[in-house]
Amino acid sequence: MKVLMFGWEFPPKIYGGLAVASYGITKGLSLQGDVETTFCMPKPTGQEEGFLKIVNMSQVPVVWRDVWYDNIKDRFVGHTAEDYYRFRDHLYADFNYLQGLDDMGCIGFAGGYPGNLHEEINNFSIIAGVLARSEQFDLIHAHDWLTYPAGVHAKIVSGKPLCIHVHATDFDRSRGKVNPTVYSIEKNGMDHADCIMCVSELTRQTVINQYHQDPRKCVAMHNAVYPLSEEIQSIVPNKKKGEKVVTYLGRITMQKGPEYFLEAAKRVLERSRNIRFCFAGSGDMMSAMIELAASYGIADRCHFPGFQRGKQVYECYKNSDVFVMPSVSEPFGIAPLEAMQCGCPSIISKQSGCGEILKNVIKVDYWDIDAMADAIYSICQYDALHNYLAEEGIKEVDQITWEKVGLRIRECYNQLTSRGWFDNGDYLNAVKNI
Amino acid sequence: MKTICLYFEIHQPIHLKRYRFFDIGTDHYYYDDYENERVITELFEKSYRPALQTMLDMIAENDKAFKVAFSISGVSLELIEQYAPEMLDLLGRLAATGCVEFLAEPYSHGLSSLGNTENFVAETKRQAKKIKLLFGQNPKVFRNSSLIYNDEIGATVADMGFKGMMVEGAKHILGWKSPHYIYSCAQDSRLSLILRDYKLSDDIGLRFNDASWSEYPLMADKWLGWVSSLPEGENVVGIMMELAALGYYQPLSSHILDFLRALPKLAKQMGVQFATPSEVLAKNKPVGPLEVTYPVSWNDEERDTSSMLGNGMQREAFNKLYDENIVGRILASRDRRIQQDWDRLQATENFRFMTTKNNGMGNYRGIYDSEYDAFTNYMNILGDFLKRVKDMFPDSVENDELNSLYTQIANMGEELNVKDNEISRLRARLKQLGSPEEEPKVEETPAPAKEAPAKKEPAKKAEPKKAPAKKEPAKKAEPKKKAPAKKAKAK
Repeated sequence: MKVLMFGWEFPPKIYGGLAVASYGITKGLSLQGDVETTFCMPKPTGQEEGFLKIVNMSQVPVVWRDVWYDNIKDRFVGHTAEDYYRFRDHLYADFNYLQGLDDMGCIGFAGGYPGNLHEEINNFSIIAGVLARSEQFDLIHAHDWLTYPAGVHAKIVSGKPLCIHVHATDFDRSRGKVNPTVYSIEKNGMDHADCIMCVSELTRQTVINQYHQDPRKCVAMHNAVYPLSEEIQSIVPNKKKGEKVVTYLGRITMQKGPEYFLEAAKRVLERSRNIRFCFAGSGDMMSAMIELAASYGIADRCHFPGFQRGKQVYECYKNSDVFVMPSVSEPFGIAPLEAMQCGCPSIISKQSGCGEILKNVIKVDYWDIDAMADAIYSICQYDALHNYLAEEGIKEVDQITWEKVGLRIRECYNQLTSRGWFDNGDYLNAVKNI
Repeated sequence: MKTICLYFEIHQPIHLKRYRFFDIGTDHYYYDDYENERVITELFEKSYRPALQTMLDMIAENDKAFKVAFSISGVSLELIEQYAPEMLDLLGRLAATGCVEFLAEPYSHGLSSLGNTENFVAETKRQAKKIKLLFGQNPKVFRNSSLIYNDEIGATVADMGFKGMMVEGAKHILGWKSPHYIYSCAQDSRLSLILRDYKLSDDIGLRFNDASWSEYPLMADKWLGWVSSLPEGENVVGIMMELAALGYYQPLSSHILDFLRALPKLAKQMGVQFATPSEVLAKNKPVGPLEVTYPVSWNDEERDTSSMLGNGMQREAFNKLYDENIVGRILASRDRRIQQDWDRLQATENFRFMTTKNNGMGNYRGIYDSEYDAFTNYMNILGDFLKRVKDMFPDSVENDELNSLYTQIANMGEELNVKDNEISRLRARLKQLGSPEEEPKVEETPAPAKEAPAKKEPAKKAEPKKAPAKKEPAKKAEPKKKAPAKKAKAK
């Protein structure tokens, strides 16, 4: 089975959770042996793992340029010069009016999330038209709203079924005040999709209720985690005796609810001073949080180490006694799973999608700061609870693997590709037992 | 003749309220009054009242051929006294028929049988006293919270003077044996065991209204047919369940009370009789000892204590609650609020709310969202409670010291009594000296009083020395004071 997949991020270059999820999904599918994935992304680094075929969208031509093979053959990152010529045979319109075309007739991408994001999304979908005409595939899989237009375009060109993967909706990001442009892109993508995979039941309900989608084509496809590498497992925690560390890890922004964490911290510190609170991450609310901590007089117990990369993240988990994710709205949230892998008990908000598949975590409402403070205090105070959550948490999270997610996705693919023209796939039943 | 020994547990824990850690040290009231009132009133209206009323009618209709036994935990008696006093009246009327036996159980419906023997004995006695006070019966047969039993508990119960005890007829303790005989405790043959037939009990208490059950709907003649067709010699059928099964777990609309009401008449026709546990024990002698090394209970499919002490959190809470230091202080203290809180915190439900086991039926967690919530809340309350207990006496005071101090105080009280007696006796003497002819008559009445001071005299002199001071009165004193003295001796 050949899958044309559109994504925005892929490891090793990680901007957020999307890269990790894209990696897990493609890896899980590749382990089945007969799924061939072509992953199209704006700007690969060339260091991506080789289990899937990468297409570098910055090097796919949209206008015809007469270029010599010998001149360009070493310039490709991702796909090869041969691919380039094949793509050039399938140009479908005159895009000479576009700004920023290079000598090969390609549109460059800045990568990540630049200011002209909407322009980049549009360019991405233009290039997708070329790909859809030149590649052979059985279905299209588009990750997150940035690539929905590309997916829709590819579907219209090729007539192949479109599966979109909802990693987040704008309702999560904006606490309800949606950006109409983003909403329209999301809605358009969902309307065209044959199957909508949502990372949690919570997201599925948002898609059904806020985007008015048919529940039959929405399916909850929970994320998973990869087992820790040897390097990470060998990190020795550097804990001070008699002092507990409570960690918040993620962007310090409205969606993640850092202020609730701070309020809970204040309540805990009123009772016990030997607990430190760590706000790992950066974001638009960081300075506001620092000021708030100072005004509560707990700045000496609150630490803001900034954005954590790669191994630092795991060091942070290993050195913590409690991990808290107070997100106001979290489509899935992989962080608690990673914390649990490191043996760190987690407290998550009930508004987090990962809570649907996790049992050995403490769930509180994000606004219930009393309950959050109580949970933090009791994990710090009672070793029995800490140990139980740590041990059972590791056992539980070891069972949540991308292989299983891959099987579930495959089942949806099978439904999509084998169904008749008017026949609605029964995705919910198909994945029920996997 | 087949005998059905029907027994109902009446128990409802006192629900704890939402208690945050910042309440520790400031708020000493731990109970959710609303929830408690709601639960007990609902239970009473839906289950207890109709069920007890039916039983009263059944006894009247069948010329007292219907017998039944109840055990009521002390904490639920407190609840009932407060919110459903009408029920005491119903129970009193049942007690007056003579067809109803009340059993003893630990006052708190807690795990003290596994945690602290001293406390276990004390609270059982307290419960028996309360039953005597309310219903005029001295319990002869014992049942433990959740029917927890092992050989050691059996031996303790026998020491307390009980003739019999209710035990779960779990497959793993019986093996090839049948639950339809009376067995004796392996460590103390004075104690006889009546075993619960879980199949026949659960047919009523668990499956009665289950439409997916192959025997649904269950009729009285069918069920009695199973009883009467038991092999020859298997005569005792222990049917034990919660009273709430009648009307609450199995709703009244399932006609469970009609089922119950039909039993005595049909039983008579089929040659099956009802008997209270004491009657059963009087007529049937134990066929042999039953060895139970690890505790059994009537909870879940495993029928062990795993639903109460299965995970680390439950064991942590249990160990904190039954810490020897703490128990000693609580028993030594005479603070009634501490005593009451202690009873209420011990109830097994507090531990069952923390279970992480999947028993296939969904767990009832009271006011809590999850097992962690239950643990956190309970530990916060326990934290405050333990702090109060510790604050009663300085840390430096050892338990033994405390005990001896309290025994001394108790002894002094007694000595004062004795002296009062002596004074009044002497005064009487003085009067008599005025009229000597009456002397022999008066001599008779104060005689026992005279005996006592004679015995006491050395105790008073030896007061500075701890041990003898304690021992002397302990021999005579009620068991409450005997226990600490015993402990001191052992040390």
